[in-house]
Amino acid sequence: MRRERLKAVAREEIGPYTLLRVERGGLDPGAPGQFFMLEAPGRLLPRPMSLCFAPRGELAFLIDPIGPGTRAICTLEPGDELQVLGPLGNGFRLELGRPLLVGGGIGIAPLPYLSEALGRPPAVLGFRSDWHAQAAELVPNAQTCVEPTLVTQLIPDGMDVLACGPEPMLEAVRAVSPDAQLAWEAPMACGYGACYGCAVEIGGELKRLCVEGPVLCAA
Amino acid sequence: MLLNASGCLDALTAPDVARALDAFVTKTVTPLPRDGNTPVRIAETDVGMLNSIGLANPGIDRFVTRNLPPLGELGVPVWVSVGGFETDDYAEICSRLDDHAEVSAIELNVSCPNVEAPAESAAQIVAASRLATRKPLWAKLSPAVPDIAEVARAAQAAGADGISLVNTIRGLKLSARTLRPVLGPGQGGLSGPALKPIALAAVANCYRATQLPIVGMGGVQSGLDALELIAAGARHVALGTVLFADPDAPARVRAELHAAAAERGWRAYEDAYAVAHEEALSVGTTLDHKSSV
Repeated sequence: MRRERLKAVAREEIGPYTLLRVERGGLDPGAPGQFFMLEAPGRLLPRPMSLCFAPRGELAFLIDPIGPGTRAICTLEPGDELQVLGPLGNGFRLELGRPLLVGGGIGIAPLPYLSEALGRPPAVLGFRSDWHAQAAELVPNAQTCVEPTLVTQLIPDGMDVLACGPEPMLEAVRAVSPDAQLAWEAPMACGYGACYGCAVEIGGELKRLCVEGPVLCAA
Repeated sequence: MLLNASGCLDALTAPDVARALDAFVTKTVTPLPRDGNTPVRIAETDVGMLNSIGLANPGIDRFVTRNLPPLGELGVPVWVSVGGFETDDYAEICSRLDDHAEVSAIELNVSCPNVEAPAESAAQIVAASRLATRKPLWAKLSPAVPDIAEVARAAQAAGADGISLVNTIRGLKLSARTLRPVLGPGQGGLSGPALKPIALAAVANCYRATQLPIVGMGGVQSGLDALELIAAGARHVALGTVLFADPDAPARVRAELHAAAAERGWRAYEDAYAVAHEEALSVGTTLDHKSSV
């Protein structure tokens, strides 16, 4: 577990989202689906963010500025410094026959890095609006839909599904694809098993998502 | 001595963080396993954080067989935090721990804000636990009482070897959108910077009321925060919420603590013990003046 103070390199708006690139320092980018805790300037607690992609010497995060912490991170200017801890948790299993990436909204964040690791497999993405759907440009070979069409309507049979998105979407994916690997989200204070805040029900028990996940097998 | 606050670190998932402390305090152990409270369990506020974990723990049987052996190999003294819902629960766990050499001390959590409070008083729990173990007993008290010094005196009379101050204090956060509680169980324990003045007052009052050693905790973010607790009368300091944001906090706070003491003319931070209770020295006055302008 490694934590470093890193410089923001660039910030770009993509629809409602912000793509923040920070220098990598001595941190390992980790496996797709793993996450980092990013210091939110002026806030008490860092925020968990999965890695969006790993440009040479950098780490890139796609962030939805929906609260005081994410907004603070999204106002970082190039040259500003922030503490970054990671990579944390367990990522996706990559030994798959017919991978299909499924993403919803800001849940597409880990998919660009995952797509590269899997050799750019097909992807289906769902968004709330055309504005949000601008983020689809980050994911290669993606078919995109906007509400009221749901992304689960685009999932063909017989694929090895790897999904990240809001909880109702993950539940729906699980219903049509019982073996899917699903990346979940939970409020998290620490990211390394200390706070017990991110408990989710796994196999009938409440367990820490940061230790057991965030990627869990649906079955 | 620098410790962690109970429930703010899992030494089995982050052993290196625990090894950077002088002693590791476990998450509270209860007689039976507990899943803990329904999520959402944590929420950040503008001045701290709320948690309502609800004493999630494997229960004393699994704790003793599964957790205690690896904790014993950690290389730092292990304090076990003990909780329950009636006096007998505490006494039972204390007697179960008494023969385990891995356990250096027991902290009685008589003050968790997230579960039904035990009906018995802190003093009754300390007295029953005292009969059940020879281990050093620390009573962890809540600051949400009219007179914490009175509780500390009663705990001392009941046989406590030390006092841990303070546990979190109950708080509520509402969703700005729905105006409903953010936390699944509704309310939670407030920790972080908001707790620091409350902790300082509790430490100062219990220092004056008892001669017991105190572990001070509540809102420590820096070495200077730790030094203030020592000045108020704490022998030891525990790190809580700061560990969530900064797993490197033990080494950082320790270094800052030495530096903050040296800057104020002390050879060791222990020399600042209880100085808040002495008449102001001119050097202190100067520093206070500087920091306030």
